[in-house]
Amino acid sequence: MPNIIEVNDLKKTFGSVEAVKGISFSVPQGATFAFLGPNGAGKSTTIKMLTTLLRPTSGTILIDDHDPARDPDAVRRVFGIVFQDPSLDEDLTAWENMELHGVLYGISRGTRRARISELLAFVEIDDRRDSYVREFSGGMKRRLEIARGLLHHPKIIFLDEPTLGLDPQTRKRMWDHLGMLREREGITIFFTTHYMDEADRNAETIAIIDHGSIVASGTGEDLKRQTRKESLEDAFLELTGHDIREEGASGLDHLRMMHRMRGR
Amino acid sequence: MLRTIWIMWLCELKKFSRSRSRIIGSLGQPILFLLALGYGLGGVFQAAGQGSYLQFLAPGVIGMAIIFTSIFNGVQIIWDRRFGFLKETLVAPVSRVAIMLGRTFGGATVATLQGCIVFVLTLAFGFHPYSWAFVIPAILVMFLTASLFSAFGITVASFVTDMQGFQLVLNFLVMPMFFLSGALFPLTHIPLLLRVLATIDPLSYGVDGMRALLINAPHFGIATDVTVLLAIMIAFLSIGSYRFTKLEF
Repeated sequence: MPNIIEVNDLKKTFGSVEAVKGISFSVPQGATFAFLGPNGAGKSTTIKMLTTLLRPTSGTILIDDHDPARDPDAVRRVFGIVFQDPSLDEDLTAWENMELHGVLYGISRGTRRARISELLAFVEIDDRRDSYVREFSGGMKRRLEIARGLLHHPKIIFLDEPTLGLDPQTRKRMWDHLGMLREREGITIFFTTHYMDEADRNAETIAIIDHGSIVASGTGEDLKRQTRKESLEDAFLELTGHDIREEGASGLDHLRMMHRMRGR
Repeated sequence: MLRTIWIMWLCELKKFSRSRSRIIGSLGQPILFLLALGYGLGGVFQAAGQGSYLQFLAPGVIGMAIIFTSIFNGVQIIWDRRFGFLKETLVAPVSRVAIMLGRTFGGATVATLQGCIVFVLTLAFGFHPYSWAFVIPAILVMFLTASLFSAFGITVASFVTDMQGFQLVLNFLVMPMFFLSGALFPLTHIPLLLRVLATIDPLSYGVDGMRALLINAPHFGIATDVTVLLAIMIAFLSIGSYRFTKLEF
């Protein structure tokens, strides 16, 4: 299988801080790839660079043979994304959120309607299509975001901690959906998570990033063998150490607080 | 491009039409101003030979509703980039300028509708426009003012990223722009410093434009008002679009 994501010596510095220090990796088409690391290791920064939201300081990225820095719109058509923080418009209905996405991606009216109906049925929220998103549970919002991310038939779907805050039932349901999708469409799945069992169970390839560098990569079995540990969780701790990463409370945290308090 | 602007605009309007609490909530402050100032200072104003204060104040209170609604809208757009659905639109294969224009004009339309609601409210308080024919052009001036301050809100918010900064904007930009604009007092017979400040305050021209059309009592004149509003709006739209296309996370 050819590689759909190719990253070479990718760097990102913010002022004097090197958030990503020259990482290289590739993801074959149709694979499920887990990108793991402690908080502040450089995961989100890397995803932002892959998805055209942040410009790399140096290094190259190829997404389906397009460079996000040079041809962002070509890259944007190739992927769908579920962000870590919810990005639905809560004051619109499920259907309207999907509709908006379809219009922005230039999908014609007839195709749009058919695909929205089909996808809402696929994630099992078709009976709530005309409800406002603010009335949805966390799990329903996640499923709607996944459905939305798939609307323009992307080749890759990025999921940034998609199961954060979901109960085991909902998590399992979500991965069942994603598994079906892989079989049906051969879509490439790129995800991050803090649940090691989730990575071990679902990903063919895992890369672990820490302090801005990739410290290990391979299958779950590879990583366990390499570290001589029984579980991926232990292997992860062996590779990234036991220190708890203290992130200073940033302006972003305050905003996130406010946002939660407003109940959105 | 047009399709993007249209859908963004439409979403803003849909959301406004549904949020009854937002509409009612936005009426509190204007009612207070009309009641406390309009009626409270009316007698003094009249005794000083300036005519009816309520007539004078009404366009100012409409201006107040517009400036607050539109600046908050602009700021909201930038804040949304972390939690709201703005992020989703920023990874879509469409021009960011189109997204920003759609949101700006959507927000400006909402602010104009609020302005119209406040206008109806002033009628209930006893305000009467000198000619009904000029109400439509007055609404256009409202829209122009609203677009200007939406673009202004986006520009300012793109430089400010935290809560404290936002408080600063409110206390040192929005409040002064409202109080120094001549929304509450005539710009004649005032100290030079105040006159200079009012002259550089864009809201002065919005309020003056409405006064020209609603009570036929302009200070700068409608031609000056519209020219200044247009020029400043285009300037802020350009800076805002530039900042918006460079937005990172």
